[in-house]
Amino acid sequence: MTTLPTRTDKKLGLVIDLDICVGCHACVTSCKEWNTGGYSAPLTDYDPYGADPDGAWLNRVHTYEIANDHFTGTVHFPRSCLHCEDAACVTVCPTGASYKRAEDGIVLVNPDTCIGCKLCSWACPYGAREYDHDQGVMKKCTLCVDRIYNETLPEEDRTPACVRACPTGARAFGDLGDPDSTVSQSVNDRGGFDLMAEMGYKPVNKYLPPRKGTDRAPVTNVAPAPEQTGSPIEKLFAWADRALSR
Amino acid sequence: MPPDPQIALSTPVGDSVKQTTCYMCACRCGIDVHLKDGPDGKPRVRYIEGNRAHPVNKGVLCGKGSAGIMQHYSPARLRAPMKRVGPRGSGQFEEISWDEALEIATGWLAPIRKTDPKRLAFFTGRDQSQSLTGFWAMQYGTPNFAAHGGFCSVNMAAGGLYTFGGAFWEFGDPDWDYTKYFMLFGVAEDHASNPIKIGIGKLKKRGAKVVSINPVRTGYNAVADEWVGIRPGTDGLFVGALIHELFRTRQIDLDYLVRYTNAPWLVIEAPGAADDGLFARDADGNPMVWDKATDAFGSGKAADIQPSLSGTHTLPDGRSARPVFELMAERYLGADYTPEAVEERTGVPAEQMRKIAAELAHVAFREEIVLDRPWTDWAGRKHDTMIGRPVSMHAMRGISAHSNGFQTCRMIHILQILLGSIDCPGGFRYKPPYPKQTPPNLLPHGAPGQIQPEMPLGGPHLGFPHGPEHLLIDADGTPSRLDKGFSWDAPISAHGLMHMVINNAAKKDPYSIDVLFMYMANMAWNSSMNVGGTLEALTATDDTGAYVIPKIIYSDAYYSETVPFADLILPDTTYLERWDCISLLDRPISEPDMVADAIRHPVVQPDRDVRGFQEVLIELGARLHLPGFINADGTPKFPGGYPDYITNHQRKPGIGPLAGWRGENADKACVGDPNPDQLDRYIENGAYFGLKLDPGHAYFRHANRGYLDWAIEKGIRLSPEPTIFQLYSEPMQKFRLAAQGHGDRQPPDRARARIEAHFDPLPFWYPPFEEQLVEGFPLHAITQRPMHMYHSWGSQNAWLRQITAANRLYVHTSVGRDLGVQDDDWVWLSSHLGRVKCQVRLMEGVNRHTVWTWNAIGKRRGAWGLDGDAPENTEGFLLNHLISELLPKGGGGYRYSNSDPLTGQAAWFDLRVKIEKAESGGTEPLFEPLGHASQPPSPDKLAYGAEWKEPAE
Repeated sequence: MTTLPTRTDKKLGLVIDLDICVGCHACVTSCKEWNTGGYSAPLTDYDPYGADPDGAWLNRVHTYEIANDHFTGTVHFPRSCLHCEDAACVTVCPTGASYKRAEDGIVLVNPDTCIGCKLCSWACPYGAREYDHDQGVMKKCTLCVDRIYNETLPEEDRTPACVRACPTGARAFGDLGDPDSTVSQSVNDRGGFDLMAEMGYKPVNKYLPPRKGTDRAPVTNVAPAPEQTGSPIEKLFAWADRALSR
Repeated sequence: MPPDPQIALSTPVGDSVKQTTCYMCACRCGIDVHLKDGPDGKPRVRYIEGNRAHPVNKGVLCGKGSAGIMQHYSPARLRAPMKRVGPRGSGQFEEISWDEALEIATGWLAPIRKTDPKRLAFFTGRDQSQSLTGFWAMQYGTPNFAAHGGFCSVNMAAGGLYTFGGAFWEFGDPDWDYTKYFMLFGVAEDHASNPIKIGIGKLKKRGAKVVSINPVRTGYNAVADEWVGIRPGTDGLFVGALIHELFRTRQIDLDYLVRYTNAPWLVIEAPGAADDGLFARDADGNPMVWDKATDAFGSGKAADIQPSLSGTHTLPDGRSARPVFELMAERYLGADYTPEAVEERTGVPAEQMRKIAAELAHVAFREEIVLDRPWTDWAGRKHDTMIGRPVSMHAMRGISAHSNGFQTCRMIHILQILLGSIDCPGGFRYKPPYPKQTPPNLLPHGAPGQIQPEMPLGGPHLGFPHGPEHLLIDADGTPSRLDKGFSWDAPISAHGLMHMVINNAAKKDPYSIDVLFMYMANMAWNSSMNVGGTLEALTATDDTGAYVIPKIIYSDAYYSETVPFADLILPDTTYLERWDCISLLDRPISEPDMVADAIRHPVVQPDRDVRGFQEVLIELGARLHLPGFINADGTPKFPGGYPDYITNHQRKPGIGPLAGWRGENADKACVGDPNPDQLDRYIENGAYFGLKLDPGHAYFRHANRGYLDWAIEKGIRLSPEPTIFQLYSEPMQKFRLAAQGHGDRQPPDRARARIEAHFDPLPFWYPPFEEQLVEGFPLHAITQRPMHMYHSWGSQNAWLRQITAANRLYVHTSVGRDLGVQDDDWVWLSSHLGRVKCQVRLMEGVNRHTVWTWNAIGKRRGAWGLDGDAPENTEGFLLNHLISELLPKGGGGYRYSNSDPLTGQAAWFDLRVKIEKAESGGTEPLFEPLGHASQPPSPDKLAYGAEWKEPAE
């Protein structure tokens, strides 16, 4: 019902390194903090001190235990809008409130025309939309559109709040439409992947997979020290009995 | 297609930015606080982000720091000073003025000081102003002062300082830029925050290997390349096996040992003699070595000798002595520490231990780093390069919170030293003012003769005893301190034993007190062992109906579980409203390459009648006429309050709380006259000061002539002598000799065997005490805080509690299967002290013999501004109810504290439990709700930021 641009000049998005994310939630709260006073203001919190605290968040982190051929362990998985090229949340929107920007590919919701019908949250396969009950409108990751072009910010801070905050450096922001960008390079080098690629929504955000721990093990198969006779302690003292200067 | 809506892309973040220091945990990151006027025209906090220039966090900010807004505007904040008007625990208070509050406090404290100052016990929690609070307590004259270190990480501090003059946590860091192999021992999610996250990110990007040794695979341990899911309390066996392998395969940095350690020093072998096990010393008191160059005895402190590392040598007096290295080799090559011997107890396969030892040695010796950086060693010899062994380690609570933590921590340092990886490129690096001497030349004060009416104590409370002569006990051995610190129960308790204060006071053991004065420690809930017993102690009455602890003064910013149990409440500010001083005299924020300190300053003004605790303490000091807080004429010495103190207090001539911009012209660093404009300079510089080290001073600082001389000049080091690593710790042997009957200071008979066994001068492993004393509790139980919360503070934060509002008991899938429980089923968890009912969650990434949970999520109804039916109250639970502050009776019937026998460190993680399926739900124990009539109701809805919404175009 709402059309997508045929192409976008840029494909701005995030690259999230699952090998490094420790699940600290810095991206989660910095996102909340920025956006509750920014473009999406406010991100309402219901029952904030009660039995069922429930607010609107544009980014969440989930933790899973995984065991498969490639990886066994715990993965911290940050989840926010992936700014899909074929964004079902946009095409399903009856009012045009959900739209994908032609210049940079960011998917936004216009709160003035959103009627809160929630069709987009049903359509989104990633569960990345958040309904603000109080405001009656849908909210979502804006890639901090009010930061990344913000001329009142120093150049180096024109990046999404989650990337600015991330302590481990697990998050990067850039143009994934430009094969030479740092983010595209890291996707190339590390086998970055689309979340649920088989669904065909062509998410712009990419995830870098956790590396196998065995990849990091030093090779230790060096020749053993020449064998000497005696007990381990005799061998040790024989070896240590050389000229050592203080 | 209609055109896209026009949106405002360049709205300024706020009206102003102020830079200060975070306090959402203990990391002390630099923050930029963006302020924007609210509808009332008053500035409100719009956004908090990391200060890019700051040495601690370099611009990033964690999940807690980024939720600071909700901490600042928490409905749990206290509003005004209060005095209790109902019984303790009722929460019935009356708001009073600050003048009345301080008059009451003065009225309680002044008479004690005139008669018996030790009847005040002053203990602070997670505060970062211990140089001020300790100084205040010294001037008051009570020996009963400490902060929370005794129940946090004193084993790490003491283990490191007695061994190599530094320590894990904030006294040093892995060399994140050069390390190739990083081992993380027992590091919970909350220790530390941004620095370790930045570091791990660097290592992972560079392809360094990260090995985690932890019963639980979450957080940092989840991203490790290799997870060693060890059984709690057995790390000493694991490390011992690694050391065994290094000795067996002869992969040890002998040159490093000879240069920097006491490995060649000769130990007297004369069983039964008063100096058995002490170092053989020459006439000048120097430790002796056998010098192969001259075939004669030499001084272990001399340069250019060729000391022998093995062999029995006959001393001039005819007795024999052997080098430390030989004693160490015998211990660790012995049968107790083979990988096979320890694999069952640790749960770590022998093969894995051998592989890790081989990898450590490989990286240390075959991937060494050579920096072309000239430096001069302690003896004046010039070197063209710095050789690095790029193996580094970090360890925290999982090591320290056991009754074998001190010796285990020492063993980890031994491992580092054998690999030659302390303060070398790629290794573990000191942060100035470390290294100190081993142990530091700082002795505890508060012996009976030092406690006099109306007299200061004569020195700082906390220090590092070198032997029994430094214990704080009277002629009968009775402890001088209420917490029994520096007594035979805990001889080297360098941070005190805050976890024993309340219960000892109620039992009048060793004596009763009149006033308990606490700051920022949730001792009536998650910071105490045995919560029920602690609450009984806080409310116990004598025959006349009077409270056994007669007066309790408490300062906190929030309505915690502890507030209702105090008689007088001094409400603190939030971290955004206060002055603070993060001082080199206390817990500095230095980086390995930089001496640094910092301040907090008010970036917003309080909207209520609260005052920063330090401000109040200084005024109280003046009202009590404490020396150091008044002028000769009796007028207050710091009429300008805390900023006045920070600027003008001098601990020694030229040395004050802050190191930056000292001197008349603000051009002196570290040492210089007070500068009235100092705080303005800090504020201009982003609330911190940093002095970069000369690159030639970057490594080997324990023996780097340039650094040692520079550090003395800067007032951060006392001795020009190098710091010599104490593989073999002679102070331990002195305590052991006393236990064997030598010397005039003798332990009570009940303590002899305990002292003799545990004060081993060479690190060794022994089973944690609780499991030695109880049966029928097959599982270990431990806790950690999630990364997004810090101690008790998180649950009042509307954003953070949406991430975690209830805790579960995490159990291994196989344990759950055997028990027949699934996620969220209710179980009883029991210990020798009691039981709690809680819900389980099954997971694979936990040691099979271990259960764990998030600490301090469980809250008591009525506290923290939470509704009664909040999940924190109805599902949340604490393991504290299962942990006894006293050990079960051992032989002889005396009940020692549940602590490390050397340092008194609280042994939280020694807990043993059993688990049974519960028939019905509901968390237990469920304490009666605390009264909270003095607090405003919490809002049903938050729409923070709505006031700044751009109007629609």
